[in-house]
Amino acid sequence: MLQGTLDMLILQTLVIGPAHGHTIAHAIERGSEDVLQIEHGSLYPALHRLEDRGWIASFWGTSENNRRARYYRLTPAGRKQLAAQTTRWEQVVRAIGRILKPTTEEL
Amino acid sequence: MSWRCFFRRAQWDRERAEELQSYLDIETEENIGRGMSPDEAGRAAHRKLGNMVRIREEIYQMNTVGLLDSLERDLRFALRSMRRNPTFTLAVVLTLALGLGANTAIFAVVDGVLIKPLPYPKPQELVSLKHVAPGIQVDDFLMSATQYFTYREEGRVFQDLGVWLAGGTTITGNGDPEQARMVAVTEGVLRALRIQPAVGRIFTEADTTTAAPGLEVGGGAVILTYGYWQRRFGGDHSVIGRQLIVDSRPAEIVGVMPEGFRFLDMKPQAEVILPIRINRNSVALIGFNLRGLARLKSGVAIAEAHADIARMLPLWLNAWPVPPGNLGRQAIESWRITPALQSLKDEVLGGVGKMLWVLMGTIGIVLLIACANVANLMLVRFDGRRQEFAVRTALGARRGQIAQGVLVEGLVLGLAGGALGVVLAQAGLRVLLATAPDTLPRLGEISLDPRVVAFAIAISFASSMLFVAIPAFKHKSPIGSTARGASASRERQRTRNTLVVVQVALALVLLVSSGLMIRTFVALQSVDPGFADAATLQTARVWIPPQQVPDPERFTRMQHEILDKIASLPGVRAAGFASSVPMEPNRTALSGIWVEGRANADDTTPPARRIKFVSPGYFGAIGTRLVAGRDITWSDIYGRARVAVVSENFARETWGAAAAALGQRIWSPAPSTTPVWRAIVGVVQDVHEDALDQPAPAMVYWPVLMDNFARAALTGTRAINLVIRSDQAGSESLMNPVRNAVWSVNSNMPVFLVRTMKDLYDESMARTSFALVILAIAGAMALGLGLIGVYSVLSYVVSRRAREIGIRLALGAKPAELKRMFVRYGLALTGIGIVVGLAAAAGLTRLMSSLLFGTSPLDPATYVAVLVVLTLAAVLASYVPARRATMVNPMTTLAEE
Repeated sequence: MLQGTLDMLILQTLVIGPAHGHTIAHAIERGSEDVLQIEHGSLYPALHRLEDRGWIASFWGTSENNRRARYYRLTPAGRKQLAAQTTRWEQVVRAIGRILKPTTEEL
Repeated sequence: MSWRCFFRRAQWDRERAEELQSYLDIETEENIGRGMSPDEAGRAAHRKLGNMVRIREEIYQMNTVGLLDSLERDLRFALRSMRRNPTFTLAVVLTLALGLGANTAIFAVVDGVLIKPLPYPKPQELVSLKHVAPGIQVDDFLMSATQYFTYREEGRVFQDLGVWLAGGTTITGNGDPEQARMVAVTEGVLRALRIQPAVGRIFTEADTTTAAPGLEVGGGAVILTYGYWQRRFGGDHSVIGRQLIVDSRPAEIVGVMPEGFRFLDMKPQAEVILPIRINRNSVALIGFNLRGLARLKSGVAIAEAHADIARMLPLWLNAWPVPPGNLGRQAIESWRITPALQSLKDEVLGGVGKMLWVLMGTIGIVLLIACANVANLMLVRFDGRRQEFAVRTALGARRGQIAQGVLVEGLVLGLAGGALGVVLAQAGLRVLLATAPDTLPRLGEISLDPRVVAFAIAISFASSMLFVAIPAFKHKSPIGSTARGASASRERQRTRNTLVVVQVALALVLLVSSGLMIRTFVALQSVDPGFADAATLQTARVWIPPQQVPDPERFTRMQHEILDKIASLPGVRAAGFASSVPMEPNRTALSGIWVEGRANADDTTPPARRIKFVSPGYFGAIGTRLVAGRDITWSDIYGRARVAVVSENFARETWGAAAAALGQRIWSPAPSTTPVWRAIVGVVQDVHEDALDQPAPAMVYWPVLMDNFARAALTGTRAINLVIRSDQAGSESLMNPVRNAVWSVNSNMPVFLVRTMKDLYDESMARTSFALVILAIAGAMALGLGLIGVYSVLSYVVSRRAREIGIRLALGAKPAELKRMFVRYGLALTGIGIVVGLAAAAGLTRLMSSLLFGTSPLDPATYVAVLVVLTLAAVLASYVPARRATMVNPMTTLAEE
């Protein structure tokens, strides 16, 4: 997976609301229709990094099936970061797309 | 990373573990929901998550300040391993402490004396206005008052300029009459030094001028030094405005110098500061008895000031009146007075710099030897830890991590040694400052200040790097070295051998240096100073104030009476007096001496000679041998017989032989130009007036009372130095009756500067003694450390080869042969070290040639003696471990394997 894209995906997942690691991992996998296979373990260092940067915050809560789990939520800074990253990502994708398929107008 | 996380890492990690566990639980549950068996569900969850420990580690690392973290770990490890090996630790720390302590102490001296600026604002602008007069062979020609005025008025490069002279003064009007050390200055001196008084003011222009003709010292105003103010007035601020009687002249206290004020390097320091008061309208061209000091305008180089003075000297020569009867301008021109300006600091240091740098270098070498020793110990220790390194490497430690650990251990040892060294240095400095007050200038400014401590830390670091780098470099690849890697071990042995060779070589250099210093010391002691048995010679100065007894004949008769009384005291074998005693700094005057019948045109002056005024019996008392003729007698003196005594070298130089001088006539011109010839009645042996290592100057001895000598019809010697030969010299049991004898003649005469000739003699030897002591300590340390080096290497070799020795013994090798083998090994190392050391010593000892006297830097006797000592010591150092080898029990050794 591209450097930095995991961060973006995590932030995107949290837009809907707080979630714990397990949910986030599965949400990313499902959302990409299993195209993006991530090793769920690698999620946690990323979560830690994002929290360290102040883009997400964490708290202990109870999961759907009544287990203690650590929840993450987006902070205002994270929301701003996500917007910026998304814009940039789209620009990159468009640029690459233009190079790869110069004849195609849309995308 | 963040500091917050750094300190809460443990808790963080626990939370992460919990979080991951919760993932596993949820995933497992879901897997079971998907129909897996619980076991399978768990395994699948784990697979999905990946390596849990690695995840935690990754997060943990994110929270780590990398270096700091491992540093803390390494530090703990180092301290633990130091505790576990107390012998090793002690050996290393002590060795380093000696080396580092000695270096710290000597650096404190170098820093205090040489590096620190003088304690005045902008000291780099201060210069000493020295002159030389090659035309009459005078290399420290003093200034006249007229020169002072010319320089002050015509000079272009000076901010402030003044003249000064130092001496003693009698102070009355505040309890008992007291003799005090004084420095007399014109106002420019204190201004140039930029001294702010603690109380009151410094001198003004008005304080340093007078209506009386000529120049006078003291009177009008006086400034106290802080110590004198405290001692005599208890620090009372109301002293300002009080009257003192200074040399029978009233003087008002106008100010007090700040605490810690020091006038250059005056020893002992002045207690009061008097004004030099000059009447500008009545000074003559000549009269050279002042020392000049100036502050240059900022940015002016000494060379420019030099040029400025050179420009002004001709102006001066033609600007001032030459009273009738004085030497003419042409005569003075022929003296070729030339500026020889010096920075004030150089003047204060007086050539001690070279000696201190040599000593610093010497002690630096000791540190190198100590480091070599420690490096050797480290090598041995690393050998013992090879297994540990290998295991750690196998467990995944990177080489950098191991190296860092080793480095930290070295630094800890080095800093521990440095800390102990600072303590040793403190003690050493205290001893040094207590025992050598007269050896060095600026001794009072030496202390263990932050700069010295910083130096100690810096050299501790540097030596740690040195003794760690050598073994670390030799342990490049710890992997696989647990095997008896023969080649690696051979290489390490080579390193050890090299270290020993270096140690022996450096030790040899130091031993040669201290040997040369011993030779110098012995050579100086065997110099015949021109006086005998200094320990039984008491000296003391007595001064008769002109206000009390103006008439020269009167006070000379009083001096005669004092002398007779002292000579009749019990225990006194002989007594005499003179205007100065040998080895007193700057006490003998210089004067041009004309010789009858020798071509000296009226307008040229013959070389200046040292002159001294002596009483009958002076030579006998001090032990200066009469080579030819007779001593001056009292009947010569009272009968105004025009007689003189000269030194043997003066007689030889002028007339070819001592006896040939008898009956010849000489004359000293100032100030009259009409010759008053005086016949030479005696020739005495040469006296080393300045110092033992200085050549004995050509001397002329005049009687203490003479007619038509100076300006006056009769000239006497007011300040006399008594010279008393007695077995009780140096004790109050002699000095009390001597004082009473003086006071029985006149109770107002101060008796001061009470010393034995031994004191003066030792003072003259002090610098050499100081260098000798330091070099001897350095040499002894070097020898000791070098021997420990040889010893430890051989011990190690013996222990490594115990098995081989065992086999050899079992196979019937003779113990004596084995012993010889090891001693030969030690001697071979020493031999190489000696060869290297000899080459180094031949080059390096040249640097210390200025400290030597009567011996060459390549003195063969010294080299031979050092070779013998070093070789014998090496034999001993090798023999002890060699003997241990032969006491190996073959069975035990073989069984151990």
